[in-house]
Amino acid sequence: MAHSAENNQDIYYVPHEGSLWPAIAIVGMFGTTVGASMMMNESSFGAPLMYAGIAVLLFMFYGWIKQVAGESMSGLYNKRMDLSFRWSMGWFIFSEVMFFAAFFGALWYARAISIPFIGGEGNNLATNLFLWDGWEAHWPTNGPAEWGGIFQTVAPWGEWGHGFKEWFNHSLPLVNTMILLTSGVTLEWAHHRLLQGKNGRAAIMLGITSALGVWFLYLQASEYAHAYADLNLTLESGIYGSTFYMLTGFHGMHVTLGTIMLIVITIRTAMGHFSKEQHFGFEGVAWYWHFVDVVWLGLFIFVYIL
Amino acid sequence: MSSAFMSRAGALMSKLAIAASLGMVSQAATAEYALNMPVGVTEISREVYDLHMLVFYVCCVIGAVVFGAMIYSIIAHRKSKGAKAANFHHSTVVEIVWTAIPFVILMALALPAAKTLVKMENTRGAEMSIKVTGYQWKWQYEYIDEDVSFYSTLSQDSNFARQKNSGVDLESVDNYLLDVDNPLVVPTDTKIRLLLTAADVIHAWWVPDFAVKKDAIPGYINETWMQIDEPGTYRGQCAELCGRDHGFMPVVVIAKTPEEYQAWLAAQKGAESALNGAAIATEQNVALAQ
Amino acid sequence: MSHAEAHDHHHGPEPGFMRWLKTTNHKDLGALYLMFSLAMFIVGGLMSLVIRAELFTPGMQFVDPQFFNSMTTMHALFMIFGGVMPAFTGLSNYLIPIQLGAPDMALPRINNMGFWILPIAFGMLLSTLFMDGGAPAGGWTLYPPLSMQTGDAMPFLVFSIHLMGISSITGAINVIVTILNLRAPGMDLMKMPLFCWTWLITAFLLIAVMPVLAGAVTMLLTDKYFGTTFFAAAGGGDPVMFQHIFWFFGHPEVYIMILPAFGVVSQIIPTFARKTLFGYSSMVYATAAIAFLSFIVWAHHMFTVGMPVAAELFFMFATMLISVPTGVKVFNWVATMWRGSMTFETPMLFSLGFVILFTIGGFSGLMLAMTPVDFQYHDSYFVVAHFHYVLVPGAVFSLFAAVYYWLPKWTGTMYNEKLGKLHFWLSTIFINVLFFPQHFLGLAGMPRRIPDYSLQFAEFNFMSSVGAFAFFITQFIFLYNLITTCRGKWEKATDQVWEGAKGVEWEMLPSPLPYHTFEQQPDLSDYEPHPTH
Ligand code: HEA
Ligand code: HEA
Ligand code: CUA
Ligand SMILES: [Cu+2]
Repeated sequence: MAHSAENNQDIYYVPHEGSLWPAIAIVGMFGTTVGASMMMNESSFGAPLMYAGIAVLLFMFYGWIKQVAGESMSGLYNKRMDLSFRWSMGWFIFSEVMFFAAFFGALWYARAISIPFIGGEGNNLATNLFLWDGWEAHWPTNGPAEWGGIFQTVAPWGEWGHGFKEWFNHSLPLVNTMILLTSGVTLEWAHHRLLQGKNGRAAIMLGITSALGVWFLYLQASEYAHAYADLNLTLESGIYGSTFYMLTGFHGMHVTLGTIMLIVITIRTAMGHFSKEQHFGFEGVAWYWHFVDVVWLGLFIFVYIL
Repeated sequence: MSSAFMSRAGALMSKLAIAASLGMVSQAATAEYALNMPVGVTEISREVYDLHMLVFYVCCVIGAVVFGAMIYSIIAHRKSKGAKAANFHHSTVVEIVWTAIPFVILMALALPAAKTLVKMENTRGAEMSIKVTGYQWKWQYEYIDEDVSFYSTLSQDSNFARQKNSGVDLESVDNYLLDVDNPLVVPTDTKIRLLLTAADVIHAWWVPDFAVKKDAIPGYINETWMQIDEPGTYRGQCAELCGRDHGFMPVVVIAKTPEEYQAWLAAQKGAESALNGAAIATEQNVALAQ
Repeated sequence: MSHAEAHDHHHGPEPGFMRWLKTTNHKDLGALYLMFSLAMFIVGGLMSLVIRAELFTPGMQFVDPQFFNSMTTMHALFMIFGGVMPAFTGLSNYLIPIQLGAPDMALPRINNMGFWILPIAFGMLLSTLFMDGGAPAGGWTLYPPLSMQTGDAMPFLVFSIHLMGISSITGAINVIVTILNLRAPGMDLMKMPLFCWTWLITAFLLIAVMPVLAGAVTMLLTDKYFGTTFFAAAGGGDPVMFQHIFWFFGHPEVYIMILPAFGVVSQIIPTFARKTLFGYSSMVYATAAIAFLSFIVWAHHMFTVGMPVAAELFFMFATMLISVPTGVKVFNWVATMWRGSMTFETPMLFSLGFVILFTIGGFSGLMLAMTPVDFQYHDSYFVVAHFHYVLVPGAVFSLFAAVYYWLPKWTGTMYNEKLGKLHFWLSTIFINVLFFPQHFLGLAGMPRRIPDYSLQFAEFNFMSSVGAFAFFITQFIFLYNLITTCRGKWEKATDQVWEGAKGVEWEMLPSPLPYHTFEQQPDLSDYEPHPTH
């Protein structure tokens, strides 16, 4: 094994002096989760504790990432380290995929199994006759008890012909799809610029990407507002409302996180933290963003269209 | 408290010692029920019992072979006996053989199991239906089309005795924890369909002698069936954790000959209102006892 | 860069609590994980003693039914998530970098975080005992609607599970990346010790299913506090949906608890048989096959929920199939012993106990897999007997074996063999007194999760409780042996420790292990741990 070519490259950096960031992370998690729990139990200490926890978490992210970035830029990391980051990010994203899978699974189960069963399919005639009075299965639905009252769904896109504004306002999911797809393109664009060593141009493209993320979130929020105010589609709209908000909301949280990370790497790119050769910080965020993108496509199809 | 406990433990210990010293004879009297699954009183329960014994014997044989080889090797191939280690480390033929043989054995187990399963899930052709609803913590039985319906709760004697430190000698209680105020009454030799559901949380209706156990799930109805061969009283329990008193909602079924059953049913219909009153009274007693 | 030698004198750890809080050293973290799991085993064990004390005799003696259910629930959560899983993660931390010639785990700081999450997660969970409405009492399976009746404890329960999930996932990512990326030159995948292989696959299972559990409990939380109806039929949901999602996690979870045990045993048996492991590659493939199958058998926990027959048949067949690769493993172990030159030190004794008693637990698993018969066994003590056989003389015995096996390497001191043997024999006797009678109880019709029972179950429950207390007390022998060994009370261990031990840690490193093992990775190209054909 000829591995003596570049001796420096042989040392896999291990922070022997230890680190306090994990402990700070844990304090933050503790505050956040205990605070949230107490909130749910209607204790007035809950909210402050939770916000304090979140603040600690933000501080931790800032400090920890800053330290890692510093180590990376001072050349402590070798190729193996870079590869470790890549593998880790990949597996982390896989864990996120499985997290979403649980909620997609719930949607699929409701549509393919529980709703038809309540409607009497298979050997469930008795369920339908004795308990639900001949209720007919359909989708979307808030269940045989009409949980949360009559509601309307958010259409994936509106009809053309009443002017652009009208169409736009009724096509938020489609618009959001296009926003995210575009953001994927601008992000790759930024990557190419970075690979050419044009950090300034890369930062501009990243800025656009971040802005698209913010726009997406804004539209998503207005969609929710519209759904709550005009459509009576709420978290409490039975199984449709449950799955709709759980999936889109969980995705929205990911977009929020992704957007924050995009903003961070925009700044870092502008500050010249990344080089042609070494920019895992950039790539990790890019992978994450593409993942969030793909999940949205799944949502668009399975939640909005079908 | 602890002295009562010690004396009970002591009594059990001596009971155990006596049973052991009297040897197999005294043990054998209860062995059938205490050690193994009951054979039961339905065709299905007997098939299930046979399957249980089949898979049990298969496991015994495989166990004997595997543990036999292992123990032989532990005895014969020990260093203290001067055994020198051989140096074989794999054999494709052997490995294929011991992958294939278990596979064949599994098929031999799965096929009869599948047959019985299909039979068990076939509720068609039932001659009568009873809707069973689980509540925290009692059962409701409704005879479909018969206008007979009642609740079935843990018998008062058991309920008193089970309270913490009640001081009641449990031996003096009839069928401690396995007795109810209003048992389910059904005819023998009749295919009876049960429609199971629940009002609050999931329960499960289980009578070992029928090899019937099915979850009672709120909002859904599960179906199962039984056809009992012999008149008698059969006991079981709720088999899905349903909260505080999950251990205290037994199932008791009395199987009567069809004629006797018809007589019972007629009496029920006559006394319907009175019986409902009695059921409510019992409930109140239970509430008072707690 | 010659300072990168395998030496520990250039910088040792700083003293005091801060060392442990800040540490990024895989051996420190391994030790922390193991100590933490030891504490949780004791807490979980004490809870099981509350259960067994109440079940000593018929009638209610000590606790209220609700508290009894809390004990059952908490016992399982502490044993599974606090005991077995962290213990194996501890072993993985301690051993994998050494066995592969890696400088440390791939992401040492994340590794630290993964550990320190656990004390707060379990602190939160334990604190629920003192809350309004008591600790969770719906069983470790948390089935709704019952789990919706949990009081103030509910969000704490859910969030503590989220935290445990984060811990497991970060730990698993570290394992995978270390194995895939940090092996020393020449350490091919098919040269790795089986412990690394089984952990690689376990880590994959963890990453695949812990998030699913997190999703399931999140839906419980929103159903309770935010008005969703995932698990309520009136709104179009289904309580059974929770069970499907839970068991999609739950079944792979049980293999998460047993695959590393397989790895441990696969390393110990060859050592004391002084013979190469039989069928190394089929061991690897069998592990992968078990992991694959574990994703398609989950509904065998739900045969009584009223699935369509076709689904029941599928899950029955798939479940039974798992016996095939598991059997391959058992046969390989026996073939390894066959015509070996065996000695019976404590780690070997525990491994042999493992093989026999785990197999018995596997047999009862096969019986449970037969759907029509499972209708009788389900939710009875037969199931309790099954899973304790695979978990206690299975997973826990393998932990004992591992600790006895590697402790001399870690501490440089040989444990006391006499006490070790005593610990083994008493444990083996009492674990059978404890759990064997539960088979009979289940067959005779005793449901699980009940605080009181009718009189025909009295004798076997009595036996079982006696076994429980005796088994628990026996563990103090282990504790004593462990502590005295760590303090260096007994003989010094040699570098190889065991005559037949093969592998990097035994053949290339001193006992005790230096604080930093490899900064310069060793070249293992010529290293032949086992013949490849
Ligand atoms: C480490 C944990 C572990 C392991 C390894 C297993 C292994 C197996 N389990 Fe177990 N199981 C649990 C932990 C585990 N289980 C737990 C915790 C529960 C209850 C959860 C709860 O409800 O709370 C449970 C419940 C459970 C059920 C549900 C019971 C019920 O609730 O009704 C079933 C049903 O199929 C089952 C089956 C099996 C099978 C087929 C295996 C197989 O993997 C076993 C394979 C091994 C062998 C068969 C032995 C060796 C093989 C040979 C010597 C080869 C030749 C053999 C033959 C051809 C037969 N298990
Ligand atoms: C790994 C898991 C595990 C372990 C180890 C145990 C161990 C024990 N269990 Fe448990 N048990 C479960 C998992 C486990 N159990 C689960 C999942 C359930 C189902 C819960 C439910 O229904 O929801 C259950 C339920 C359960 C019941 C049924 C309760 C009921 O249905 O109401 C009973 C009753 O007897 C019981 C008893 C015991 C006893 C006496 C032990 C004893 O063996 C305990 C003795 C102590 C130890 C085993 C510790 C020894 C270990 C060490 C000293 C540490 C070594 C450490 C290192 C090497 C680092 N358990
Ligand atoms: Cu009803 Cu358990
Ligand atoms: Cu399983």
